[in-house]
Amino acid sequence: MAEQKFTGTRSYIATDDLMMAVNAAVTLERPILIKGEPGTGKTQLAMEVAAALDRPLYEWHIKSTTKAQQGLYEYDAVARLRDSQLGDDRVHDIANYIVRGKIWEAFASDVQPVLLIDEIDKADIEFPNDLLQELDRMEFYVYETQELVRARHRPIIVITSNNEKELPDAFLRRCFFHYIKFPDKDTMAKIVDVHFPGLKKALLKESLDAFYRLRDVPGLKKKPSTSELLDWIKLLLAEDIPPEALRAEDSRKAVPPLYGALLKNEQDVHLFEQLVFMDRRSRTQ
Amino acid sequence: MLNSFFYLLREGGIRPSLSEWLTLLAALKSGVAGHSVDDFYYLARSALVKDETLFDRYDRIFAAYFRGADDAFRDLVRELPADWLERQAELELSDEERAQIEALGGFEKLMEALRERLEEQKDRHEGGSRWIGTAGTSPFGAYGYNPEGVRIGQAGSRHRSAVKVWDRREFRNLDDTVELGTRNIKLALRKLRKFAREGAADQLDLDDTIDKTARNAGLLDIRMVPERHNAVKVLLCLDVGGSMDDHVRVCEEMFSAARSEFKHLEYYYFHNFVYESLWKDNRRRHAERVPTNEITHKYGADYKLIFVGDATMSPYEIVYPGGSVEHWNEEAGAVWIQRLLATYPKAIWLNPEPRERWNFTPSIKLTRELMDDRMFPLTVSGLDAAIRALH
Repeated sequence: MAEQKFTGTRSYIATDDLMMAVNAAVTLERPILIKGEPGTGKTQLAMEVAAALDRPLYEWHIKSTTKAQQGLYEYDAVARLRDSQLGDDRVHDIANYIVRGKIWEAFASDVQPVLLIDEIDKADIEFPNDLLQELDRMEFYVYETQELVRARHRPIIVITSNNEKELPDAFLRRCFFHYIKFPDKDTMAKIVDVHFPGLKKALLKESLDAFYRLRDVPGLKKKPSTSELLDWIKLLLAEDIPPEALRAEDSRKAVPPLYGALLKNEQDVHLFEQLVFMDRRSRTQ
Repeated sequence: MLNSFFYLLREGGIRPSLSEWLTLLAALKSGVAGHSVDDFYYLARSALVKDETLFDRYDRIFAAYFRGADDAFRDLVRELPADWLERQAELELSDEERAQIEALGGFEKLMEALRERLEEQKDRHEGGSRWIGTAGTSPFGAYGYNPEGVRIGQAGSRHRSAVKVWDRREFRNLDDTVELGTRNIKLALRKLRKFAREGAADQLDLDDTIDKTARNAGLLDIRMVPERHNAVKVLLCLDVGGSMDDHVRVCEEMFSAARSEFKHLEYYYFHNFVYESLWKDNRRRHAERVPTNEITHKYGADYKLIFVGDATMSPYEIVYPGGSVEHWNEEAGAVWIQRLLATYPKAIWLNPEPRERWNFTPSIKLTRELMDDRMFPLTVSGLDAAIRALH
């Protein structure tokens, strides 16, 4: 295997612990499971790993109705039934009705691919267990055609979870695990910097301060995350808002401009406005 | 190697499996971890700890296990002059020295020796530096720790910054033995959701039946699946008054946030213990009471009964008629709770009091006996266990 190390990319800042987990998973060819707050770049990670190591990326997005089998292959019995009624010759070869899933596609790749299994916790509780053998041995059996499909190169598997369901132990044991914690101010400054390289220092500092102040407001239902901060800064830049406007010392402007990008919940906006109002009243008294 | 670290983790409740441990060793062998204790810390965490609620525990065990090494490195940096380190950097170790280190055997022994000799070093300066140079070398390298004595200065300082990583204990509020906080409530809610979605019953799976029939060349093949049971009925009885008020608020928030996951959620309040009547509105508790019998008749046995209370009171309030502090009860609280439990076989008691105190409070012991031991602490892990007991 090529001696390549993942060290983040120009558009993705990886912390030391994240790099370590990814590199361990890549070297040992084990899946890596990523958890973390929404908006901290879990899904993005797979894309960046693929880009950094120059590998093809296969994405499998999981929904509540997704079955493990769908990642391997599906047998389109209805199409075959229809063809048999119409007297189509294809009907005699069952392989014509085997539709490849994402895992099969990744297994068939010519170079070692990156396979993203996104939001695995959305699926049924048994879902991860159904994939154990496939992820471990990197092979599966197609019963209809009696064929064993084996991975040509063990894919780098990145699995994300939002922690909605607990994952089974047997599954966890086979993975490396990383929890993306919310970035601290320094890391956040780096993240913003790779996304908006020309951003004025003053504006960056003020917007980060305002952002972390907002995250500290108690009782918010959904705290703004990294991706929301990036959106907000994009807006600030577009509107050309001066850094001074973000400073909270000025009580009349204590509400950050364009805060709709940061607060996504009606109750949160309401709570926030109330807090600002109370704050103003206490200052004027 | 490092086996005692493995067992320490297992004793500490992290319970990594043998296969995970072997994975870690394979990773160390392949050299992913580089040569700093930071790297080792991250690598071991990623390979052994698969739940962020256990990160804090891991930090503490890691700190305890590597404390010796930590002190050693810190002292090294303080005591060794920089120019000495630089001079050492030019030197290679002799085979003899290497053999000597291997002869020391085992990481643990080495750590012990390291600590001992560091003590020594405080008295005798000469010679102390030499062993540190050597000890910092191959054995540490082999354990993914420190490749060569020459890097001691650098590794030491990096090590110190690394210590902060686990000593900072950033994941403390994810530890599931601490009491419920805002974030913990969210985690607990997810557990409730899981609980709300499980259950079993058989129903016809139309899609699968069509599919299987088609595969079966048109012969009818009926498929059944377990029902997705998304409707749990909960009867919540909360102790109000005095010390319980804060906890009650937390519980109310918790359950009402999960309300959409339940088919029915009913609240009732009591004070200290359940008697012949409960109430729904705490402000009018004396005016509007609901007889307990009426409740057991109104809500069927499929309801799950959850008590939330500290169960801390005088034992008389449970076992004697007339024991209640608020009114004259004709029948003892124990009789009433047994009636409730007879109606609702699925019942638990959540207790915000720390578990350690349970054995010292007679009324808690009594309540636990009445509940058939189904009393759980009001923590995320307690809630998890409680929900399992409700199945």
